[in-house]
Amino acid sequence: MSEWRLYEVFVRSKHGLNHKHVGSVHAADAEMAMENARELYTRRSEGVSIWVVPSDTITASASDEKEVLFDPSEDKVYRHASFYKLPDEVGHM
Amino acid sequence: MYAQLVETGAKRLKTKEEMSPEEREFQEKVDAETKIEAKNWMPEGYRKTLIRQISQHAHSEVVGMLPEGNWVTRAPTLKRKLQLMAKIQDEAGHGLYLYSAMETLGADRDEEIEKLHQGKAKYSSIFNYPTLNWADMGAVGWLVDGAAIVNQVVLQRTSYGPYSRAMIRICKEESFHQRQGYQILLDMMREGTEEQKAMVQDAINRLWWPALMMFGPHDDESPNSQQSMAWKIKRKSNDELRQMFIDQTVPQLEFLGCTAPDPDLKWNEETGHYDFGEINWQEFYDVLKGNGPCNRERITTRKKAIDEGAWVREAAVAYAEKQKQRSQAA
Repeated sequence: MSEWRLYEVFVRSKHGLNHKHVGSVHAADAEMAMENARELYTRRSEGVSIWVVPSDTITASASDEKEVLFDPSEDKVYRHASFYKLPDEVGHM
Repeated sequence: MYAQLVETGAKRLKTKEEMSPEEREFQEKVDAETKIEAKNWMPEGYRKTLIRQISQHAHSEVVGMLPEGNWVTRAPTLKRKLQLMAKIQDEAGHGLYLYSAMETLGADRDEEIEKLHQGKAKYSSIFNYPTLNWADMGAVGWLVDGAAIVNQVVLQRTSYGPYSRAMIRICKEESFHQRQGYQILLDMMREGTEEQKAMVQDAINRLWWPALMMFGPHDDESPNSQQSMAWKIKRKSNDELRQMFIDQTVPQLEFLGCTAPDPDLKWNEETGHYDFGEINWQEFYDVLKGNGPCNRERITTRKKAIDEGAWVREAAVAYAEKQKQRSQAA
């Protein structure tokens, strides 16, 4: 089975929601990956749509680089609505 | 527990001072309940322990299909047969979730399966017992899956992210298994003939102790537990889990109108738990070493399935290759 490609599986659980990563399957090709994903991850109507993506085509940020990538956003508090204080009289905005 | 006696390679815990800076940072993350993910730095011992535990867990799910497979063609009604097949398919799925989690650690699925076939990797001792009558399907679902749930519910909080997520999926599906099993027994006890009721008691008599053995040796006989607990791979000790299982199972046993084959089993008002007799540990170690009633048969069946299915896998690869060439030519 190691000679079979690894595919990551994404499932849209309900119409209107994003596809979400649920796991992976091995398969000889994409069509088989789709069938395997359906059997493995949606036996109890867990989804309305499936994506299968070859794992080796995904570019991921290294998790140990978290600081380099994400730290700059920490000091940009003005990007959040909660940074802007409004008088109570203004009401809900 | 589907993983018993998982070797950690550590005789004792390292103190914070003895740890390398990376190890210390890792331990602090674990202590703070931050999940470890595949690409994070981790001690080699942690990686190896997880590969051993998750593969053992996966092998257990896969071998666990065999005792039940024995009854697919013998199920008393079509409804029971469909339920049993759905349960067995779930076990296959659980095996796959777990093998996937294991592969994120850099282990190779085929190699790990080969280790199982060579007798180098273990699977839960429970699956080396035969399933002799239909009530065994009930008792397996209720007791064996029940014991597995107690263990797996706790493992949802295990420190390794992919393992924890696999556990969450598995737990969602397991409660169907346990209820399905209990209902088989309940129907037999309520509507069955005297002979059928006797089958239920017989199944419980045979599977009760092996189910308790699933949690592994006593804490003081479990040299690897300390390290596994420090890494939060394990979250509760063998004895704690076994006690939880007994406390929740005995009332269900009484409701069935059956008894456990343990004269020492009784409620202890002071501790608020059930007291129970000593497990036959010699039997446990014998089965684990490969000398249970069905060890050889289970491994032979697994090997046969892999060997005789080889042509199917080859055909799938050949077909995929042909389709690829066709689409390139077009």
